[in-house]
Amino acid sequence: MSSTGPIPPTTSAGSPAGKLAAPRGSNILEVRNVSKSFHDPVTVKVLKEVSLDVRRGEFVSITGKSGCGKSTLLYILSTMDTDYEGQVAIDGEPTRGLSGDRLARIRSEKIGFVFQFHYLLPEFSVLHNVMLPGLKLGKHGRAEVEHRAMERLRQFDMHDHALKSANQLSGGQKQRVAIARALINDPLIIMGDEPTGNLDSRNGAIVFDIFKQISAQHEQSLLVVTHDQDFADRTDRIIVMDDGRVVG
Amino acid sequence: MNLLLSIALTLLRAKLKQSIVAAVGVMFSITMFVTLLGFMNGLNTLLDGLVLNRTPHVRLYNELQASPTQPIEHAWAQHTAAGADSAHHFIRSVKPKDELPRLRNAEAVMQALENDPRVLSVSPRLVAQVFFNVGTVDLNGQVNGIDVMDEIRYYQFADYLVQGDPHDLATGNNTIVLGKGLADMMETGIGDMVQVTTATGERTMLRVSGIFQSGIADYDKVQCYANIKTVQKLLTRPGSYYTDINVKLKDLLLAPAMARELSARFGVDAVDIQTANAQFETGSDVRNIISYAVGVVLLIVAGFGIYNILNMMIYEKLDAIAILKATGFSGSDVRRIFLLLSMVIGLVGGVSGLLFGFLMQNVVDSIPFITAALPTITTFPVDYNPKYYIIAVTFALLTTWIAGWFPASKASQVDPVEIIRGK
Repeated sequence: MSSTGPIPPTTSAGSPAGKLAAPRGSNILEVRNVSKSFHDPVTVKVLKEVSLDVRRGEFVSITGKSGCGKSTLLYILSTMDTDYEGQVAIDGEPTRGLSGDRLARIRSEKIGFVFQFHYLLPEFSVLHNVMLPGLKLGKHGRAEVEHRAMERLRQFDMHDHALKSANQLSGGQKQRVAIARALINDPLIIMGDEPTGNLDSRNGAIVFDIFKQISAQHEQSLLVVTHDQDFADRTDRIIVMDDGRVVG
Repeated sequence: MNLLLSIALTLLRAKLKQSIVAAVGVMFSITMFVTLLGFMNGLNTLLDGLVLNRTPHVRLYNELQASPTQPIEHAWAQHTAAGADSAHHFIRSVKPKDELPRLRNAEAVMQALENDPRVLSVSPRLVAQVFFNVGTVDLNGQVNGIDVMDEIRYYQFADYLVQGDPHDLATGNNTIVLGKGLADMMETGIGDMVQVTTATGERTMLRVSGIFQSGIADYDKVQCYANIKTVQKLLTRPGSYYTDINVKLKDLLLAPAMARELSARFGVDAVDIQTANAQFETGSDVRNIISYAVGVVLLIVAGFGIYNILNMMIYEKLDAIAILKATGFSGSDVRRIFLLLSMVIGLVGGVSGLLFGFLMQNVVDSIPFITAALPTITTFPVDYNPKYYIIAVTFALLTTWIAGWFPASKASQVDPVEIIRGK
């Protein structure tokens, strides 16, 4: 259900409100005509006029061959990569041209990340790792953040390991902690870059179930880049990319 | 900020060994800085004190001078005014007047000075050239008639008295304090009588009540001190006869201006301490510059240590920086974390440096240092002025801030996408 209407102000088929400044409850993510080129050593256009929407509570996967630009697209949507053409709006707010601090705030408030690698900080305990983004956002006091972090860990059956160092966990456990960290601020959308890529099938299944649960229970959207076809088949919607374009 | 500090401290704890090495670098330089400056300035104060303690800020006196105008010049001026050719005269016939080297109206001058708010103390002096008769030899000497209580209070007279009680000099008539060199030459000690002859031929017997050592050998071979009344009697002069008035000011720096002012106001010669002892200030300044330079170089070296360690830490922590940024920390948050880290190293190193510096100063202060030239000194002098502690810790924080700024800025510019995708 990708839309090709330019934004703003033209309406798009998928979203009734149509505009980027859509009210909450419609599209979490709106992408219009995003293109990106790498210039080193020769100019290669990796994304070509990509447009798509993600609705609230929707579990979307992006698949495609290696090098088709799916990860590149994800990092543009994550606001971490700002070097692109086109328009991206998160929760109705266009992100283009915003200051680094403002983008950091958007990431903190509205986006949760799960990467292929867990990226837990070995200097901190498991609990503290989960708490860090919450403490940064500062919406709740320290005690409340700690309580919420504990809740998340309990949800993923990791609460017994809360005080361990991240180094003492297995790969699957680390990834569950990383998901708990992504959820600590109740983000509107969780983005995953091959979140099961480093896991065996059993742990991969656990992670998928957790994602499914999040999407069903909390009305949070998920946008996951994966090359695992089984994983993709079980999501609400699959966006297939090929050579920098959305093809299905 | 609290959160950033706790992250910084956690990162620091993870690299405890390196952090300690960096902090020790700062500590070492601060220790050396404080010790060096304390010692140098202790020494400066001591050496300056050798002369400056005993020197008035402004000295008023009357110098015998040749008359600036010869009588013939007055006649010549009238002559040329009447239309005669100008010419030059070679007559230098008028010698200095047979005038006593006394200060005229000295008591009124002293009274005026006492009332001046800039003045700390006013002490009169009467200097007399004398001979000490030792067997068949006459030794040259100079007796300074002083107001003993004033000299003790404002010129540390008692500190330089190696034998005897200064108060004997204040109360006793016909007593004298001899310079150490002079006393040694005359082989006299306390209680002995010495015979003194003035320039006009008067002879008096004086009792030795103390031995004085200034630390300057030539000075101690000539100078003696006596009660001003004793010297007036010696010279058979009245009680208002003074040759010098020594003035101490509340602010030493006013001395040159005051000297000019007093000279004009009272019609006497006046010399200020800066003019009389210019070389001491120069010496102190040079020593100060050297010790500051060494201290600052030490700190800069410590700064490079911090810079290196932070750079290494950032390289090792690229993952952590990337994920912090991905989860909502901004570039300036990251910069602050690493700056805080650097400042913590600087603060810990700086404060322990001050502590060790204080200990080192105490160690230096207790090293024996006995020299004949400095009778009152038994150990190396140290200046415990808190100024040096404040300068040291300010420099330490400044250096660590600068050393931390560059790596921290680099960390703030780390592109998380590059790190995360690179895995």
